[in-house]
Amino acid sequence: MRHIISILLENEPGALSRVVGLFSQRNFNIETLNVAPTEDPSLSRLTVTTVGDDRVIEQITKHLNKLIDVVKLVDLTEGNHIERELMLVKVKALGAARDEVKRTVDIFRAQIVDVTPSLYTVQITGDAAKLDAFLQAMAPVGILEVARTGVSGIARGDKVLSL
Amino acid sequence: MELLSGADMIARFLKDEGVEYIYGYPGGAALHIYDALFRQDSVKHILVRHEQAATHAADGYARASGKPGVVLVTSGPGATNAVTGIATAYMDSIPMVVLCGQVASHLIGEDAFQETDIVGVTRPIVKHSFSIRHPSEIPEVLKKAFYLASTGRPGPVVVDIPKDMTAPTERYEYVYPKKVKLRSYNPVTRGHTGQIKKAVELMLKAKRPVFYTGGGVVTGKASEGLTDLVKRLGFPITTTLMGIGAYPQSDRQSLGWLGMHGSYESNMAMHHADLIIAIGARFDDRVTNNTSKFCPTAKIIHVDVDPSSISKTVRADVPIVGPADSVISEMISLVQGHPIAHPEALAEWWEKIDGWRADRHGKLYEPSKPGEMLKSQEVVEALCRVTRGEAYVTTDVGQHQMFAAQYYKFEKPNRLITSGGLGTMGFGFPAAMGIKQNFPDDDVVCVTGEGSFQMMMQELSTCKQYGVGVKILNLNNASLGMVRQWQDLNYKSRHAHSYMESLPDFHMLIEAYGFTAITVTTQDELEPALERAFANKHELVFLDVKVDPFEHVYPMQVPLGSMRDMLLSKTERT
Repeated sequence: MRHIISILLENEPGALSRVVGLFSQRNFNIETLNVAPTEDPSLSRLTVTTVGDDRVIEQITKHLNKLIDVVKLVDLTEGNHIERELMLVKVKALGAARDEVKRTVDIFRAQIVDVTPSLYTVQITGDAAKLDAFLQAMAPVGILEVARTGVSGIARGDKVLSL
Repeated sequence: MELLSGADMIARFLKDEGVEYIYGYPGGAALHIYDALFRQDSVKHILVRHEQAATHAADGYARASGKPGVVLVTSGPGATNAVTGIATAYMDSIPMVVLCGQVASHLIGEDAFQETDIVGVTRPIVKHSFSIRHPSEIPEVLKKAFYLASTGRPGPVVVDIPKDMTAPTERYEYVYPKKVKLRSYNPVTRGHTGQIKKAVELMLKAKRPVFYTGGGVVTGKASEGLTDLVKRLGFPITTTLMGIGAYPQSDRQSLGWLGMHGSYESNMAMHHADLIIAIGARFDDRVTNNTSKFCPTAKIIHVDVDPSSISKTVRADVPIVGPADSVISEMISLVQGHPIAHPEALAEWWEKIDGWRADRHGKLYEPSKPGEMLKSQEVVEALCRVTRGEAYVTTDVGQHQMFAAQYYKFEKPNRLITSGGLGTMGFGFPAAMGIKQNFPDDDVVCVTGEGSFQMMMQELSTCKQYGVGVKILNLNNASLGMVRQWQDLNYKSRHAHSYMESLPDFHMLIEAYGFTAITVTTQDELEPALERAFANKHELVFLDVKVDPFEHVYPMQVPLGSMRDMLLSKTERT
């Protein structure tokens, strides 16, 4: 099963490599990885999506917790949560396809953020499945470039991941 | 207020931390630190002949003394040479602090002379690592390093120190940090009471229980409590290789150790048990054999200070995260006054176990007949007699390691000092050196083979410099015995590179360093040679014992089988 694990990490040099290294060292896999500092400059928040059965996920969270630089973590998929990813896509927009792209962008509630005579640059946010669906819809038109941030997430309701 | 250079802070910190010995080797990036060590006399530096030996010596010292071992090496090759020893300590959870010199900050990343990213290289084999970024951080970082290395599940910590951080011209305020806090590191100090109660209920109701304890009991200094608990309950106990001596092996309740080359009765008892009480053990593949066939009828209680050890390879029914000593003492207080529910079942269980014992009694190996080559097993038994089972025994890796563990009877923890997890050839001799310095009046013997010994024999020179009186028992079968055994069993005796041509004349080699060597080839020579070797506690003596190269280590678990599937000799199996 796919899990989204969010980690508060010491904002120290080398901390990220310990997390990433752990995954390869223990033969766990990383599907997406997203990391940036938080409002507290001493902490980064790192969100990783990974796939594994319960035993593997248990090992992943235990080993992550063992890292000295990991301050706190939560498996967001254990409860209700919001999952978002941002994607920038350059798609061909020529002739009749130009209108078709615009319509699809509207349907997905995406935005065109840059324009040239031959292409649109589209910005879209949503969960990973929505982004995948958009790419599928655009495929016949011609996708030129894709930049995805990887999943970020937060728990719904009163639950807070903080110190 | 005291102003010290980074290098002087390191020397002063080590003194304030109570460090007695550091093992190391100088080089460019570490020279400021070496100069600071030269100008003080509270911390003794032991100059090894190869950095790997420094880590093994510090490791041996740490295992025997319970205090963290300290290593100092220079950047680049100095640090990379230490890697094997760091990995050895990591696998066996040994507290160690490794101080590595590094090229000056402004050169980092420029492929400077003797530059290696040692923090990167060692990342998967350390508990944690630090890079010093300002000299004023040194006391606090070192305190954190020692704290992390020696608490919770212990392990090695690397501190990378760029040369400019130790420059004699820059001085900063030095205060010894008495305490240190890490917001993300709070090792558990006691187990969950509800879980411990559950475990004790299962223990009292068990019909075929076995204690299975490991290195965590030894490093957790919990052997006294364990012995008390096991005696109160009257249950059988088996230990891992790393846990040997946590419970006296001469006691009737001790089944010896378990696993690939463990005792027949241990492995049989584990397979048939209805309750396994695992404490400070990690269900290593050399113990469990095939996990899907492991202990099919047993419920499993698993106590470990490291939550990630629990349910890693074998699912625990009652997991307890906590240090061995406090969990055991809580178990004792819960057991007190509560008799076991099925004493008759336990008696039956013991009958069964005694039956297994009797089955194999006297059939473990065939002693040599007059005129035949000595067997390694009888040499270890003689060693045990001559040292009255009281020596610190270090080993290298291979057949001799298994024979030492099988035939020396250990009554105390920390007496068998061996590289269990990583299986590092070359570990034994420098480790013995580290122990002997801490326990000069005890017998310290390295049981080794001619293959392993040659990996670290340069340390004879260190022993000469510091007058380290360790004994070296070389079980010389002129081949890599364990490799050869596997080749006999799995490769139709095609001995690919498992024999040693052109072995040195060990007698001459040892004498070249000014030590005594005794060559033993017959039974009559054996005990007198051992007596002579151990007569003087402060003299290094090397015993070169020519042993039978055709001998195999048995029992040996059958690969992919269960605990009870064992080869018992070259012709018998369970």
